[in-house]
Amino acid sequence: MSDTMNSLVPLPVLLPLLGAGAALMLSKRPQAQRAVTFGVLVAIVVIAAFLLVAADQHGPQVVWLGGWTDIGIALVADRLAALMLLVSAVVTLAVLAYSIGQGMTGDEAETPVSIYHPTFLVLVAGVSNAFLAGDLFNLFVSFEMLLFSSYVLLTLGGTATRIRAGTIYVVINVVSSMLFLVSLAAVYAAVGTLNMAQISQRVAELPDSVSLTLQLLLLVTFSIKAAVFPLSLWLPDSYPTAPAPVTAVFAGLLTKVGVYAIIRLQTLMFPDSPLTDLLLWVALATMLIGILGAIAQSDIKRMLSFTLVSHIGYMIFGIALATGAGLSGAIFYVAHHITIQTALFLVVGLIERRAGSTALLRLGGLARLAPVLGVLFFIPAMNLAGIPPLSGFLGKVGLLQAGLAEGSFAAIVLVAGGTLTSLLTLYAVAKTWALAFWRSPAQAHEMMRALPGEQDPAAEAGSATPHMVRHRGHVHVGSVAFGESDLDDARRVADDDSSDKDLYQLIQEDALPQHLPYWMTVPAAGLVAVSLAITVVAGPLFAYTDRAATDLLDGTPYLSAVLGEDAP
Amino acid sequence: MDVNLTLVIVCAALVGCGVYLLLERSLTRVLVGLVLLSNGVNIMFLVASGRAGTSPLVGSSDPEDMADPLPQALVLTAIVITLGTIAFLLAMAHRSWQINGNDDVQDDTEDAAIRKLAYDDATSDSYGLTTDGQHEDDPEEDGAV
Repeated sequence: MSDTMNSLVPLPVLLPLLGAGAALMLSKRPQAQRAVTFGVLVAIVVIAAFLLVAADQHGPQVVWLGGWTDIGIALVADRLAALMLLVSAVVTLAVLAYSIGQGMTGDEAETPVSIYHPTFLVLVAGVSNAFLAGDLFNLFVSFEMLLFSSYVLLTLGGTATRIRAGTIYVVINVVSSMLFLVSLAAVYAAVGTLNMAQISQRVAELPDSVSLTLQLLLLVTFSIKAAVFPLSLWLPDSYPTAPAPVTAVFAGLLTKVGVYAIIRLQTLMFPDSPLTDLLLWVALATMLIGILGAIAQSDIKRMLSFTLVSHIGYMIFGIALATGAGLSGAIFYVAHHITIQTALFLVVGLIERRAGSTALLRLGGLARLAPVLGVLFFIPAMNLAGIPPLSGFLGKVGLLQAGLAEGSFAAIVLVAGGTLTSLLTLYAVAKTWALAFWRSPAQAHEMMRALPGEQDPAAEAGSATPHMVRHRGHVHVGSVAFGESDLDDARRVADDDSSDKDLYQLIQEDALPQHLPYWMTVPAAGLVAVSLAITVVAGPLFAYTDRAATDLLDGTPYLSAVLGEDAP
Repeated sequence: MDVNLTLVIVCAALVGCGVYLLLERSLTRVLVGLVLLSNGVNIMFLVASGRAGTSPLVGSSDPEDMADPLPQALVLTAIVITLGTIAFLLAMAHRSWQINGNDDVQDDTEDAAIRKLAYDDATSDSYGLTTDGQHEDDPEEDGAV
């Protein structure tokens, strides 16, 4: 039993890589290419499910590649890795189905279609490899794999905005890769190995100052990937420009790979140095600054990118506590958040498709225009904010309880900060809901005409418009601030001659698609259903993450599985 | 562990120059900085591998005298990855030049907005002349796309 399961471990990396090659060869035959990509991802979901059961029942599954036990590269699927693998496989499958539905192919004339599927598969291989890596250098290689495909996906088509955002993204990530290499050289010089299990054994013999330096180097590297404040500033600028499915998979998975690496770092490699205080304050800053940024946004994609940063703080909170309950909460939250964030970005893609924009300024009345879209947005949005009984609520309760159980001053502050962040998230999504879904398109149009104000005193005098306040270059309408670029937008749209229209004008001209594209809606709805399923199976899932957290804190299952009889 | 001081100095110089160039605005210079930085980091692996020795081929010499082969393998992997990255960055610089006529790294939009606010405040506090919403001589506007 265990032996056959063992041989499954490399498949989540191997299959997508082979699939990428096949998809590249089939680039002239889009049908076959889609079939290959879809088939590979379905296979990975099945394999990941088997691995999850195997890791849960028989302990960590280890494969030494090429049979070089102890000196080769190990792939390890323990409870944590298997869960991450399964969640990421489900999410990537949904995103792929969505992008096939979107006809990524031919949607934008200048997009080189044929590379989308192979690149997506390499991304999946990189993510799987990162979760399975039992060796720091292998982790580095998998980061490079997923980053490289993310560079390509982010700059797909090479439009001006994507090149601008892509430049920043690429340079930041290249620098973080260099930092990772520096850390690797330092770790190798200090302990003479890059295998995580061996590092874990040898690090105890190092002087404290050396091991702390190594730990902080790796922590900074992974924090850039995970977008932990203050290393998060690149994220909201680069993600929103990509095509919707790409943003969705980035937002769901790439930051979580960083979080996963931090969990491994803190529990496996440096279990004796939890750095609780440092990480707690960093988590607090990530949560609050992220969510304050989200409130200030007037575009749904940017708002969601900021909530993504903010909610990374919850996971860091759980890791910082370094208790079973904290880690368990963090793992649960990662699984929940991958699903929910991806689902939200997919739905935003649908909004963009149905209403022509994601700028709050231009939207209104979507709840009536497309009730299905309303439901699809509302459920994950409330889940993100942590409304009971959804999984976001359960995850947050788990973390807050862990914080209270820890009981230190910093932990109590974090509990308060976490609650506040949750409320502010609710505020941010409720604002989006009120503007984009509830008010009528006519109201939205009125407000848009009145916004530039000084150009058009007649419109300002119209008493139908809501109260507006000018402050520091922004116009505040009710609870929303519109910045300079929004005002420019408003002027352009209000100009009747321009070809730039808002939703109201588009409805008047009957220029919108009448229905949601069916094959895009189904995957998005499927992912929303998965997020609801996480709520339903929250009990067993929490039991599972508890077992995973116990494994992590104990360390023995992982170490003895990798090192055989040599383990302590 | 014995450390070769020359290697350390070369590594430090390369990394220092690399970081300096990375902070430039032109993507081409960032690229050159990246090349220097990655070479510096690769040399760091040679430092980490310890004393130089004979070639690590089984049976060719006493294992005690051999150089550690693992860091060399790691460096090779890193070189290949850097090669790919640089090729991609070059392509991006070229595309940026096609679109904008230059390859400068553009301002972060958020960052520009914040600086704009700071700029507005400075003038209104000191002179009290500007009214809200007017930015005739804003320095950021020239560079905007």
